[in-house]
Amino acid sequence: MKTISEKIFSRASGTDAHANDFVIADVDYAMAHDGTSVLAVKAFREMGVSKVWDAGKIIIPFDHLVPASTDAAAVLQKDIREWIKEQNISHFYEGGEGICHQVLPERGFALPGKLIIGADSHSCTYGAFGAFGTGVGATDMAEIFAAGKLWFRVPETIKMTVDGTLGKGVYAKDLTLYLIGKTGIAGATYKAVEFYGEAITALSVSGRMTLCNMAIEMGAKAGIVPPDEKTSDFLKNRSQAEFEPVYADTEASYCKEVVYHADDIEPQIACPHEVDNVVPVGKVAGTPLDQAFLGTCTNGRLEDLAVAADILKGKTVKIRTIAAPASRTVLLEALESGVFETLVRAGVSFITPGCGPCLGAHQGIIAEGENCISTANRNFKGRMGKGGNVYLGSPASVAAAALKGEIVDPREFI
Amino acid sequence: MEKKFRGNVWAFGNDIDTDVIIPGKYLRTTDMQVFADHAMEGIAPDFAKNVKKGDIIVAGDNFGCGSSREQAPLALKYAGVSCVIAKYFARIFFRNAINVGLLIIEADAEAADGDQVEVDLENNLVRVFPKGRPDDVREYPTENLPDFLLEILNDGGLVAHRKKKMAQ
Repeated sequence: MKTISEKIFSRASGTDAHANDFVIADVDYAMAHDGTSVLAVKAFREMGVSKVWDAGKIIIPFDHLVPASTDAAAVLQKDIREWIKEQNISHFYEGGEGICHQVLPERGFALPGKLIIGADSHSCTYGAFGAFGTGVGATDMAEIFAAGKLWFRVPETIKMTVDGTLGKGVYAKDLTLYLIGKTGIAGATYKAVEFYGEAITALSVSGRMTLCNMAIEMGAKAGIVPPDEKTSDFLKNRSQAEFEPVYADTEASYCKEVVYHADDIEPQIACPHEVDNVVPVGKVAGTPLDQAFLGTCTNGRLEDLAVAADILKGKTVKIRTIAAPASRTVLLEALESGVFETLVRAGVSFITPGCGPCLGAHQGIIAEGENCISTANRNFKGRMGKGGNVYLGSPASVAAAALKGEIVDPREFI
Repeated sequence: MEKKFRGNVWAFGNDIDTDVIIPGKYLRTTDMQVFADHAMEGIAPDFAKNVKKGDIIVAGDNFGCGSSREQAPLALKYAGVSCVIAKYFARIFFRNAINVGLLIIEADAEAADGDQVEVDLENNLVRVFPKGRPDDVREYPTENLPDFLLEILNDGGLVAHRKKKMAQ
């Protein structure tokens, strides 16, 4: 009787794995981006290994600081490109192709039942497809580059059920922030979370990615939605690889089971400087803002930009507003659907598909004392600029706030 | 690794995240000194200037939560921190610290800035020597790391560990 995580680790380690066992597991796909590959490649070289374990299973999208915005970044990126060539890495995605956590699903690497390890904490996003995705640091990634395997402790699992229906103007992001607020920033540390219930099933693939993306913000090692028809529809024609969906046994053992009701959830805002500092939007309505940011691996997909476009159509934003599509594919979808033009006419500045200002390195850093509302996943102190304050919300909350210049209940605009 | 050592305490609270340990704008280099120069900048701007070799961080729950950036344990290591003691660590920081050879210890220790802490690996204890209160020494048991992780730490991190294994 096993959870999804126990089954995936059993298969990947060739053992009968249970929660809390230490296993050595074979990694199906390994991902590093321009930020983390630098130290991973440095460690790999220092290890004295000449060839990576499988050049076809390593995926490197450049997304964090693209196009390079400093001399140092340009030099480091050049070095990584040379290493990629030297190692014949097949899946390299140049800056502008998109954020790693968007590119992997789009290109068919986020597959049910797979063990996908990324050198990025938001690698839990792949759980939206029934994979076990989790993040590691650069040296662990170097070890995977060298050996294709790594030690893991099989996590215990929390079963989180959300029944009912989300109300009008309430989105996957609000549900996600609500669950983080209830669980706490460390409430799921070292654990996996399996999501069930009609509110979860009703989420689009994009919404499930928003949810699983932020599993790490409750400390979780992975957040997993069991695959269904929506998953198969998304995956169609994206991958040649074989995969087998994995489901938990009905009598699987969970360390905790919790049930929430979608109907109770209002639009949510995570206030500075912790992601679990979550309140219904009404509590902070009127907070003055200096910047709004739409995008990231959490909320940078067409569905997200379209919600913002619906609110901004024919109007003009009151504060500087930045949009970063999660990928080139999303950018094209936004162009073809008219969403791009609507947003640009409303005064939104588009930047290169990628991480943008989310981690405070470029393209929209905020000044000391400034307030930014963002669709991203982190609002830690100094995250988007020293002394700045970051409020997290749904694309609708960000668009409505951009119009008004202050935090406002987005339902007033829908 | 020394089995018993003592250091001055830098005390921090719960949920110390990687963005305050080393802000995102300093990540694009392989110069460890840059990470050290900005260690803990987001929460203790004077830390990097005043930290001394051998100092020890004592923190609460969930130390190192947030991003996967290995620059976080590297910043502390190259700033001279000999050990981080916390009630527990966020999982990626936990792995990264061991992989770069930064000693981490899970213990329910309470300490304040200016106190001293003795780490006693042989007896699985940490002892807090509060500043100005020599009679108030407190002992806290520590969680043991599994042997294979201790071996990686003793080898000085995962790169050195792998090199040793390959040489054998």
